[in-house]
Amino acid sequence: MPVLIARRLDEALDELAAHPDTTVLAGGTDLMVELNFGRARPARVLAVDRIDELRQSAGGSRVRLGAAVTYARLLRDGAGSRALEEAARTVGSPQIRGAGTVGGNLGTCSPAGDTLPVLAALDAVVVLRSARGERRVPFAEFMTGPKRSVRRSDELIVAAEWDDAGPAQTFVKVGTRNAMVIAVASLAMVIDRARRRVGIALGSCGPTILRAPDAERFVRVLCDEAGWDRPLRLSEAERTELGRLVSAAARPIDDVRGTSAYRRHVLGVIAGRALARLGAA
Amino acid sequence: MRLVVNGTPREADVREHESLLTVLRERLGLPGSKNACEQGECGSCSVLVDGELVCSCLVLAAAADGRRVETVEALGSAERPHPVQRAFVEAGAVQCGFCTPGFVVAAAALLRENPEPTDAEIREALAGNICRCTGYGTILDAVRRAARITT
Repeated sequence: MPVLIARRLDEALDELAAHPDTTVLAGGTDLMVELNFGRARPARVLAVDRIDELRQSAGGSRVRLGAAVTYARLLRDGAGSRALEEAARTVGSPQIRGAGTVGGNLGTCSPAGDTLPVLAALDAVVVLRSARGERRVPFAEFMTGPKRSVRRSDELIVAAEWDDAGPAQTFVKVGTRNAMVIAVASLAMVIDRARRRVGIALGSCGPTILRAPDAERFVRVLCDEAGWDRPLRLSEAERTELGRLVSAAARPIDDVRGTSAYRRHVLGVIAGRALARLGAA
Repeated sequence: MRLVVNGTPREADVREHESLLTVLRERLGLPGSKNACEQGECGSCSVLVDGELVCSCLVLAAAADGRRVETVEALGSAERPHPVQRAFVEAGAVQCGFCTPGFVVAAAALLRENPEPTDAEIREALAGNICRCTGYGTILDAVRRAARITT
């Protein structure tokens, strides 16, 4: 199993083009578990954690986050998204956050990936690069199934990009502990007051990250009525209706972490909490 | 592969698929980092790599070539313990002792960044370390005590 530590992006892309059987190693928090338990024996490994271009980020009205930025660094330096920072803080433990990266979360593409509902709700674009050029794929088209994406074997995830959506955005995750937990269910909600856009996305509640378009429409109408630049106060009936719409958008299964019925119930609860939190933001 | 371990340049022959933890314990004679879950759950193998707290079981050794690694062995010795180690002894925070090196490394990393942590910050900083003797109460006492010693 040859291991190439890429220092430059072009070097990494040439390696991927020459060897389609290469496994990309970012922070290692997923791949190393597979290696330690003998569940994966990659033909070759490409380490991308020292490529400068993947470690760089840019703030401002258009945010760009390098794929090899660790959760720990994102929390120290800021991510250009409050919800993404909240999601990063729920990842694993300090040790996992010191190694794991957003690019790795996208590469593994688990429906339970903590940052993925946020990227979905932000309408983020995944930037893929190969020796042939660059593709920019909206997150909604990036993930095609559990641990499946449109990334081709010669492509590297180099960054995620999105429009700064302002302060009204949050991430809520349900699990059995505050730390070291894979989400039973999670939800990201973004109210971009400047662009009058609402994004609601669900994690661990279907084969991919799911958007909740009816719930998004419902919140847009509430904001239209209240005024986009005014605080939003929810009535009990509106809160119940939002929960119902979010639960209906989920396609959960029963598994070791929770039942389908529990996931639907808890999504309704956390949707109400998220909107109550954002109404004032 | 080459590493700088606890300030000293070291070389080791590494087998493919091998973790940094295995290299530290079995090739470099540093058994302080413990091997338990091998999936980043328990924190017993905590080390600093280029200053960042990580689980050494989740670091592919071959991909860590050239990195600077600090293990529990660098923190202190029986004769000259690190304040966190001293506080663990004084607070009675060691039962079977297996998890202790990982807790000590994580606690020292916390105090380096944040010399006066609140209880909530201590709990969050140690959330990736598991003590199966469930001696968490005295471990928290030890970290509070270490913070008092160092400030």
